[in-house]
Amino acid sequence: MMWELIQSNRRKSLILFISLGLILTLLGFFLGSAYYPDGGGFIGIFFALIIWGILSLISYFSGSKILLAVSGAKEITPDVHPQLFNVVEEMKISASLPAMPKVYIINEAAPNAFATGIKPENSAVAVTAGLLARLNRDELQGVVAHEVSHIVNRDVLFMTFAGIMLGSIVLIAEIFLRSLWFSGGSRYSSKSSKNSGQAQLVIMIIAIVFAILAPILAQLLYFAISRKREYLADASAVRYTRYPEGLASALEKISDNSIELKRANKVTAPMYIVNPLKLKDQKLSDLTSTHPPISERVRILRSISGGANFIDYQNAFNKVKRNQSSVIPASALSDHSQVGLKESVSSSEGVMLKKETKREMGDIMMRVNHYSFINCNCGLKIKIPPDFKYTELSCPKCGTKHSVQH
Amino acid sequence: MSGLIIVLIVVAVVVLFVISIYNSLIQLRNRVKNAWSQIDVQLKRRHDLIPNLIETVKGYMKHERETMENITKYRSQAMSAGTVGEKAQAEGLLSGALGQLRVQIENYPDLKANQNFISLQEELTSTENKISYARQSYNDQVLFYNNKIQMFPSNIIAGMFNFKEEEFFEVEDEKERAVPKVNFSS
Repeated sequence: MMWELIQSNRRKSLILFISLGLILTLLGFFLGSAYYPDGGGFIGIFFALIIWGILSLISYFSGSKILLAVSGAKEITPDVHPQLFNVVEEMKISASLPAMPKVYIINEAAPNAFATGIKPENSAVAVTAGLLARLNRDELQGVVAHEVSHIVNRDVLFMTFAGIMLGSIVLIAEIFLRSLWFSGGSRYSSKSSKNSGQAQLVIMIIAIVFAILAPILAQLLYFAISRKREYLADASAVRYTRYPEGLASALEKISDNSIELKRANKVTAPMYIVNPLKLKDQKLSDLTSTHPPISERVRILRSISGGANFIDYQNAFNKVKRNQSSVIPASALSDHSQVGLKESVSSSEGVMLKKETKREMGDIMMRVNHYSFINCNCGLKIKIPPDFKYTELSCPKCGTKHSVQH
Repeated sequence: MSGLIIVLIVVAVVVLFVISIYNSLIQLRNRVKNAWSQIDVQLKRRHDLIPNLIETVKGYMKHERETMENITKYRSQAMSAGTVGEKAQAEGLLSGALGQLRVQIENYPDLKANQNFISLQEELTSTENKISYARQSYNDQVLFYNNKIQMFPSNIIAGMFNFKEEEFFEVEDEKERAVPKVNFSS
């Protein structure tokens, strides 16, 4: 069943790929022609494909590593954050992933998360310290389930390569437009006859227009598919956790946040659970967003009733959107088996205060960086850096002696 | 002569057909076994956590002796249970008793603040989640396998080679809500 979902994803991906490839080839052709009217078009195509090929190779072999490094993620062991590790393992079991994903924490206050891994055998889930500090267990589970389903549905693979294609188009168009700026008009004073000069001018104008339009067009295509994949990942997350409220309330908490993620950019944005760049919730028909509006995602999740299978999500989707468009491939919907909903496991803790959230975040990052903690009887929590040399220290507040274990 | 060839071809086809069904039955049975081992690992993990939990909780909870005795009793029942059905029943009782303990713990704020207890609680919750998610995929595999055994023509081969139906892992004390399904799209 999961296999059919991937198959259907592949078909859609192929259509998008061909469209993006077409834009890339046309761009190469027009720009080449603008420089050398006689046969330059094919040289242009050649160069465009070379740029794309090189970028693809790089991203295939070290894309995850680059993404994790760019976002400042650090790999953790289970003892740093047992709950996060447990939740990832639960979702690994529920989604039948062939191997446990690596777990990363990002030192950022903005709550967000992403998954990488071109193959499910070799994947990673990264969450920010801000997310860990704000969410309870159920909410964290919802977010991790969403990320794991990006891995299972091969969204990571697809978004990486589509992103590279988009990146190539943007790059080539940018280089061309800038080169025009600097070498402006020098070619027009050449001795070519008036007629061919005019023809060249027409080609030049087409090339400029295309160089401006192509990146926009490519982005719209890329974003459209990215949005649809978010719904599918939400639906899969519900199936894996069998608890839609967890993800719904996590999304709400994340969207309440007013801190922007520092280390995110346009290309990495679709990888995150919510768009890290835009803080305000967007209008329903916004074509330029990578994610569907959070309020809408939350409403769909909250209208799920009866079960946690894909059909239940689709029904909720149609109810909220008031249309019959489908977000989930028909083959998955034909599975009518009842998947029961689950009850909450998180105890109802009070809303955490801002100050406590900050402290919690600090603690998480210190654990990531291998600090250890000693709880003194006077109530002070002593933080010990990993390179602390002594075997004993006294509490700075009350003076009690503690032994330090390494 | 040609009659002999036809007979040989028919026999070869039948043999190949039987082999392919036999192999797919073996494959499905192995998947069931594999899915079961996923559950079994988590059940054992839960059994290992319980003595620790009782030890931690005992100091704080003086009045809930009965619940703790039940937990210990059901744990040993679950550990000695043989078949999947027996296991499911015993584990269901154990889950129920643990759930009761969880409710009672709400009255002991000191215990809830105990670091040792908090990390035990997290391990226990996670183990129970893992059991419930692994159960889903185990039951799916059992369904595939049992269907194959019951359906024609694989039922003949299953009978010949003594493939037995597997039991589902159904927990009776189910907290999951079975709300009737409403279909809005039709």
